Amino acid sequence: MTDMDQFKRTYFEECGELLGDVESTLSEMRDAGATADGLNAVFRGVHTIKGGGGAFGFEDLVTFAHGYETLLDMLRDGRVDCTTEIVDLLLRANDIVAGLVGAAESGESLGEDYGADIKSKIEAAISGDAPSDAAASQVDVPQNASSADDGGIKTYIVEFIPNLDLLQNASEPLLLIRQLGSLGEIVSEVIADKVPSLDELNPEEVFLTWRFILKSDCSEEEIREVFEFVEDDCVLKISVDSEVVPEAAEDSEPEAVESTPAADVEPKVAQVKTAPPAGQAPTKAPAVSSMRVDLDKVDRMVNMVGELVITQAMIQEQLRNSTVEMSAELERGLEDLTHHTRELQESVMAIRAQPVKSVFARMPRLVRELSETLEKEVKIVTSGEDTEVDKTVVEQLGDPLMHMIRNSVDHGIEMPDDREAAGKPREGTVHLSAEHRSGRIVISIQDDGAGINRERVLGKAREKGLIGKNDVLSDEEIDNLIFHPGFSTAQTVSNVSGRGVGMDVVKQNIRNMGGRINIDNEPGQGTKFSLSLPLTLAVLDGMVIGVGEEIYILPLTNIIETLRPVEKDVNALVGCFDVLSIRGEYVPILYVRDVFGIKNAKQDITKSLVVLVETEDSKKIGLVVDEMLGQSQVVIKSLEANYQAIHGVSGATILGSGRVALILDVIGLSDLIGSQSDQKNLEKLVVTKSKSNDDIVAEDRTQVV
Amino acid sequence: MSKKVMFVDDSKTIREMLDFTLKGAGYETLQGEDGVDALQVLGDNKMDVIITDLNMPNMDGITLIKKLREHPVHRSTPILVLTTESQTEKKMEGKQAGATGWIVKPFTPDKLLATIDRVII
Amino acid sequence: MESVAEKVESGSSDDGEIHDSETLQFITFRVGEEEYGVDIMSVLEIKGWSETTRLPNSPEYMKGVINLRGVIVPIFDLRLRFSMGDTEVTKTHVVVIVSIEGRDVGILVDAVSDILTIYEHDIRPIPDVDESSRSEFLKGLVTVNERMVSLLDIEKLFHVGELENIEGIE
Repeated sequence: MTDMDQFKRTYFEECGELLGDVESTLSEMRDAGATADGLNAVFRGVHTIKGGGGAFGFEDLVTFAHGYETLLDMLRDGRVDCTTEIVDLLLRANDIVAGLVGAAESGESLGEDYGADIKSKIEAAISGDAPSDAAASQVDVPQNASSADDGGIKTYIVEFIPNLDLLQNASEPLLLIRQLGSLGEIVSEVIADKVPSLDELNPEEVFLTWRFILKSDCSEEEIREVFEFVEDDCVLKISVDSEVVPEAAEDSEPEAVESTPAADVEPKVAQVKTAPPAGQAPTKAPAVSSMRVDLDKVDRMVNMVGELVITQAMIQEQLRNSTVEMSAELERGLEDLTHHTRELQESVMAIRAQPVKSVFARMPRLVRELSETLEKEVKIVTSGEDTEVDKTVVEQLGDPLMHMIRNSVDHGIEMPDDREAAGKPREGTVHLSAEHRSGRIVISIQDDGAGINRERVLGKAREKGLIGKNDVLSDEEIDNLIFHPGFSTAQTVSNVSGRGVGMDVVKQNIRNMGGRINIDNEPGQGTKFSLSLPLTLAVLDGMVIGVGEEIYILPLTNIIETLRPVEKDVNALVGCFDVLSIRGEYVPILYVRDVFGIKNAKQDITKSLVVLVETEDSKKIGLVVDEMLGQSQVVIKSLEANYQAIHGVSGATILGSGRVALILDVIGLSDLIGSQSDQKNLEKLVVTKSKSNDDIVAEDRTQVV
Repeated sequence: MSKKVMFVDDSKTIREMLDFTLKGAGYETLQGEDGVDALQVLGDNKMDVIITDLNMPNMDGITLIKKLREHPVHRSTPILVLTTESQTEKKMEGKQAGATGWIVKPFTPDKLLATIDRVII
Repeated sequence: MESVAEKVESGSSDDGEIHDSETLQFITFRVGEEEYGVDIMSVLEIKGWSETTRLPNSPEYMKGVINLRGVIVPIFDLRLRFSMGDTEVTKTHVVVIVSIEGRDVGILVDAVSDILTIYEHDIRPIPDVDESSRSEFLKGLVTVNERMVSLLDIEKLFHVGELENIEGIE
């Protein structure tokens, strides 16, 4: 990768951040009115994007951003009023900038008229309100247009009379002379008649005047450029000596050139004037200081801390199991180690934590665009944007959230007239919020729309054969049908939600993150979707369970309760699966020993334990296990890194003993319900028929899943 | 001894490019993300030149320049402001606050180095 | 077949007329009466057998997974892979950890025997007559001190496609 590519990558990353910030600031201003801070922030963002774009030669982007920036500048100093229409225009302009940045990144061309309508609206806003200023601020006219067109050597007489305070800005006459000298042959003359006596001399003031004779083929413009920075701090007179200066003329005072600078440097160095008290400026810095760290470095640290947690658990277990008596000191040391390790782990995880703001910020625009397309009136209210969660979770949250918001606006919120007829405000509201709740982050998307029409969902499900003609479903079950693969309730497939990606994919995404999704549907009043997600995808609180000689981890979040069943409560559903009656409710049960083919597990269910677990869609199943071995926070390891995914297993972890334990995937297991009865029957067959049952067990498995 | 340049810009892109160009030309560099950050990073380290953007959060370039001009160590350090062509008035504002000169964005590495050369002894 | 390959320590080949051929190094190990070799470049480490955690619904030759310094590594039983019966693991059994296309996997063998340095041209192709399923996982054969060593093609043996096939079995 070249350096340029590296810079570009940084630039596009930065643009992404800036565009997001600008977007959310504008969205805020649209709802709450413009503020000076807001406008400044937006201006800065656009300005930075433009600046970088210029550096890389993204002409289209720079041209567009320029107009956008000009308008922003005028808004800032009040030359143009910041009305809602203007904010809307700014938002659209931001979209165009995003498009142009995207095009610059991918290298594609969007065509010349891309954003032309917005551009002309911006121009209208600029010129309509303050034509003269706009024009002035756009052109940087060269101060002196008289250029040397003949290209021949001319003799210039340059008179440089600095103001007394030239040095205030750390300008250095010596450097000016040096630079002027680089243009051609130069003869300089110092006029020192204004220099006061030594006791009156202020070393920070300039009393000298220079006169140069410059022989050069340069233009007057180039000479002025040398004095560009000090133009306002001096009087500069440039004239062309029409007569050809004789060669000999320059011999006259060559020493002056040498001596002048030296004489001038001295006063500048000798700064003795009393300075303001030291330490005044730099000490009071209220801002939170931060540093950028490569994510790889953080991840390496997260991994190492994960290892440390395991090692610590291992030491603890080894010591507990050893016959050596532990001294009080060792005990205390061990406790401290546990404590510190846990704290270290939390701090490291906190580094990866990010507010969900970055994801939430993308939603107002989505709602705005959608409601325009659908001709609905919808506003989005967000809260809890500062709630923090692991970076990975934030990154994976975007897509499902977008789909759910889209779903709410498309299917939830009614048309304005319908709303009015139903006695609701014409404008619908989608409330997006985040909060921490018992070690998880809960994100809810609530709309005040029509709610899920259960009749329609049911009809559709029957029509599609998702459920039987005569199945009776609870309200909750009906609501959850929308997560069924391929389910779409929109009567006409709109180009908003109807494009293949359904709520089933959303659910799958959330599930993959170890999350749950709940629907709270009140027909006529609206729908609330709640996502509950782990704060991190790296550790998990689990129940350690034993089946035969195997040890598994069951995520605590899935567990409702544990019970020891009585024989009469367990019934076989003919041709299906066993069910357990719990307080009048029948819950299907799954024998972990059977689905995982574990030998030596308890066969008598009354001696086993049933762990009642709940899946995201509030489906309950009972897992039959041998024993509970305790609770533990475990570090999640991937099976797929070196092997592959296993059905019913979400990952693995390393126990204190150093052994690997599998983490159960409750949803994956619940899919196995129903298949186990077939397997049981098959296994019986296999055992009676076969001598080398290995082969047949393998065969039998082909039919399990 | 190599010359020391500090640059202050809220854009990471610009900072990276400046850093690359300047280090490549043999300068030692210090960076700041905004005025507040710059003052903190800078402390009492004498620079040969300080380059600053004008539009920055927390503390803008103008305020930074004013603070530097009041600072016992930095009051005579050349300061260049980063500005865009459209901001003629910005150059002047920078000058009034005490800047030595300006660099017009976008700039090429050559232009950057030449401009620094114009103000650095 | 004459002995053309030499162990590292026994010096260079007597006939030594071909030196332009690349030398290759293999780690050899025993499974029952047979000797196999894997390219030394793919071997990460060799460790004693430790108890594995069985993975449900996996082929028999997949012995389960172990914790290798915090990484979950699957262990395959070469004997079962070659349908030579189950390995009754004891403490003397050895696991050779190899890297296959970025995945680290362990191969369970009876014992590691040697490091073998051979010339590339000493590798003989698998005779067509061998119709056992094994032959497709072999790169070739070499003879060392009158013993035949089968060189494993571990990429094929536990190829990603192979791993995917396991999924098909489920």
